[in-house]
Amino acid sequence: MQRYSFINLARHALRGHKGWRPAWRQPDLKAHYDVVIIGGGGHGLATAYYLARKHGICNVAVLERGWIGGGNSGRNTQVIRSNYFHAVSSSFYDHSLRLYEQLGHELNFNAMVSQRGLVHVTHSEHELEIDRRWCNAIRMNGIDSEMLTPAEIKKLASPIELNGRFPIVGGFVQRRAGIARHDAVVWGYARGASALGVDIIQNCEVTGLEIAGDRLRRIRTSLGDITTECAVMNVAGYSSQLARLAGLELPVTTMALQAMVTEPVNPILNVVVMSAAVHAYVSQSDRGEIVIGAGADAYNSYAQRGGLPQMQAAVGAVLQLFPSFSRLKLMRQWAGRVDITPDTSPLMGLTPIEGLFINCGWGTGGFKAIPAGGDTMAHTVATGKPHPLIEAFSLDRFAAGALIDEGAAAGVAH
Amino acid sequence: MLRIPCPYCDLRDESEFIFGGPAHVTRPGPEVDDRVWTRYLFTRENPVGIHYERWLHAYGCGLWFNVARDVSNHTILKVYEMSESKPEHLGQ
Repeated sequence: MQRYSFINLARHALRGHKGWRPAWRQPDLKAHYDVVIIGGGGHGLATAYYLARKHGICNVAVLERGWIGGGNSGRNTQVIRSNYFHAVSSSFYDHSLRLYEQLGHELNFNAMVSQRGLVHVTHSEHELEIDRRWCNAIRMNGIDSEMLTPAEIKKLASPIELNGRFPIVGGFVQRRAGIARHDAVVWGYARGASALGVDIIQNCEVTGLEIAGDRLRRIRTSLGDITTECAVMNVAGYSSQLARLAGLELPVTTMALQAMVTEPVNPILNVVVMSAAVHAYVSQSDRGEIVIGAGADAYNSYAQRGGLPQMQAAVGAVLQLFPSFSRLKLMRQWAGRVDITPDTSPLMGLTPIEGLFINCGWGTGGFKAIPAGGDTMAHTVATGKPHPLIEAFSLDRFAAGALIDEGAAAGVAH
Repeated sequence: MLRIPCPYCDLRDESEFIFGGPAHVTRPGPEVDDRVWTRYLFTRENPVGIHYERWLHAYGCGLWFNVARDVSNHTILKVYEMSESKPEHLGQ
């Protein structure tokens, strides 16, 4: 791997920057791998990276039917945070946030991690009571969170309107939360994994999973067959379809989730702002765009295209909180294909088929989980047992009634 | 914006409706075991092609009805009554 450093930049500059090699190799598909990771998004690439880096398992392929990071990893609103409610979720997401804090250093790739803080605002005494409960739950899980008065909120999010259509009565902040550059996370993990020997194969669709004796034996792809006894499924919105190839059924519904950005403007908003009640979810990217996340279009969809009602609701909420943004033009709007589970918590770990692992169900909240998702799944694959941080997210929890309801903390309506 | 043809009110915007999940899911009786009951509660087919689903015209006439819709492009192929069974040979 050609390391990025000031010295190397200078060396390459002297040669007119003609010496840079591609950041990841584009090898041909081999006939056998020790581990095959299906899905080249953030989670898949991170899993490959940690398998090689922490467990010395390098004979690994990441299969991506499109281009890496072309799915939800490239379509989210870039927010990273660990302000969840239940202890099991909090431990997991904070592990991820702590990995994000070191990510640039770990990957030698600028992930543009900006821990600018996330403010959740409320509009009535009753909501404020719930916010206090939420804030206290976060603190009891050993994670940073502080209640804020309206004046303190105004100091952090200066363009906010305290006395508009939805008056603000208070809220809380997680100061260690913030944003990271979504594409950089994908590329950083891809470059790191490839340098450690992982084969990243794009334009490769999995068309069959051959099971014999309750064990995975072979994977059929559009580029040829692979023998392997170990595979991880992380294809997000297509999870049901992929699992069906192995005869598995999942509690997943795929829906469209929209996001949009305005034209870039000078820095004006220095924190991420969320309001669960009116469904505002907004931040300003390092390019200056105001980034707005919507609630899911609440019906089955694989179209990666949402409708006007959800978009209007998202923009309307943001404009009520930030009236000055009404002068901005919306520049670009898109949607992802999100895999929603009944309790808005992920599905991670083992499946009834030996050698076949699953990591999906992230729904609207997978980006913040990428580092921990990769780390825990790599551990799970390497040891054959679920990592302690993900035991609660097993596929079995529904039969046991052990649902982990994070519908509120997810912060996105669905 | 989905435009959904309510059997009673004809074509209306999606904002007048509430999505009612998959259609033709039969609730099992009280004698089934946990596995069957869990499957009924949580498992979803979540197909890529034609989805058979229920819609409620909540901000209209209040009618519940079934829809067969291609979820890859949102094209509505058929609208039919709640009492009707799953249509055959759609999209062929």
